Amino acid sequence: MPVQDQFQGYQLRVVQEVLLALLAKDASHGYQLRARLQLALGPLAEALNAGQVYVTLGRLEKSGLAHSRRVGQADRPDRKVYELTPAGRERVREWLEDTSWPKPAPAEFHLKLVAAAAAGLADPVRIVDGQRHALLVALAAAQRAALAEPDGSVAGLLLEGVVLRLQADLRWLEACARYWTTTKGR
Amino acid sequence: MRSLLDDDEGTLMERTGSILRTRGLRTEYGKGAALVRAVDGVDLDVAAGETVAVMGPSGCGKSTLLHLLGGLERPAAGEVWVGGRRIDELSEKALARMRRHAIGFVFQAFHLMDELTALENVELPALLAGRSPRVSRRRAAELLEQVGLTDRAKHLPSALSGGQRQRVAIARALSNEPDVVLADEPTGNLDSAATLDVLRLLDSLRSAGQTLVIVTHDSRIAATADRLITMRDGAFVEETRLTHGTTGRLSELAGLEG
Repeated sequence: MPVQDQFQGYQLRVVQEVLLALLAKDASHGYQLRARLQLALGPLAEALNAGQVYVTLGRLEKSGLAHSRRVGQADRPDRKVYELTPAGRERVREWLEDTSWPKPAPAEFHLKLVAAAAAGLADPVRIVDGQRHALLVALAAAQRAALAEPDGSVAGLLLEGVVLRLQADLRWLEACARYWTTTKGR
Repeated sequence: MRSLLDDDEGTLMERTGSILRTRGLRTEYGKGAALVRAVDGVDLDVAAGETVAVMGPSGCGKSTLLHLLGGLERPAAGEVWVGGRRIDELSEKALARMRRHAIGFVFQAFHLMDELTALENVELPALLAGRSPRVSRRRAAELLEQVGLTDRAKHLPSALSGGQRQRVAIARALSNEPDVVLADEPTGNLDSAATLDVLRLLDSLRSAGQTLVIVTHDSRIAATADRLITMRDGAFVEETRLTHGTTGRLSELAGLEG
């Protein structure tokens, strides 16, 4: 991957699978696929690497999951229209059936608090306060973005997911603060 | 809502942007070994148009702080300034007058008058402050529209849901165009759908430039503020601007990057 790509927005992690699934029903072209991603991601699409969709489509074709044909347009250059191969269709089926789910990771922070208390170097409650404030900055950004979405927006649903997960983390941090407040000095 | 920038008669504090200020604020209850300092040395500056959320465990002093800011309690030591005026030394009468004109209160339990309609509740503060019935009524109707309750104007509080009652209470708090609105656990008695309505309303007040101090346990309500303060044992321990989050960070949280 060219180095400059790193500075042109983030690389979508599951972009291969998503593009394959979007091609499962009908053939499509890069511009249209990108527009569908942008609609689904709303404000979060702003930072999406612009070229990633096109690069990935090329890769899917090379690995035999999709193939393309050129379609002529009246007043513009030909456009490449992509379709799934049977292997691509199988990959989509596997992805949709996959139930692995990004894991929340409280263990590292939990151990940080235990270690801080054991070492007597820092008050675990203050570490929790700092972490809460960091998550609240993120919650504020997610919530503002969610409130700015019109009713029924599909991207709003994604932002609601971010908001609810942050709320869950914040509730756990409250439990951490309560625990370390009452066990202080033991 | 109100612009202080082009106000030639504004006091020094207004011109420097601080509409609410405390210095060395302290309260004391009990004596000797039983002495409790609910608020213990708080210095706070709230800029005009700023919204501040105060969080902290039960008993940390955040509600007491709100009462001191609104002149509902007097401090044992320290100063409270509202709109450029020191209020902790005012007489009871002058303090009551200051509260009517400069402060809007929102409470957890709504505190609406049961025998008055929504509209009458909202216009009451304006009437008490000496505005004409016609002006008070017009302002109340506008505020009910702003909180989305025009069609409930003639209902008694008992005919309204909890979320609707709190929106009426917020409209009432705005009745006198107060310098500052002080909200104490505004969603403490509400379910999550009603909380969302109040959250949207608080967010629109923030956008409109209403100065607001909210004491809350609810992280979503706190996240509507420009600034977050955490209080423990009567003092501020952590303070953060909440307006620096970026969509880049959000993409990461949403699991888009990798």
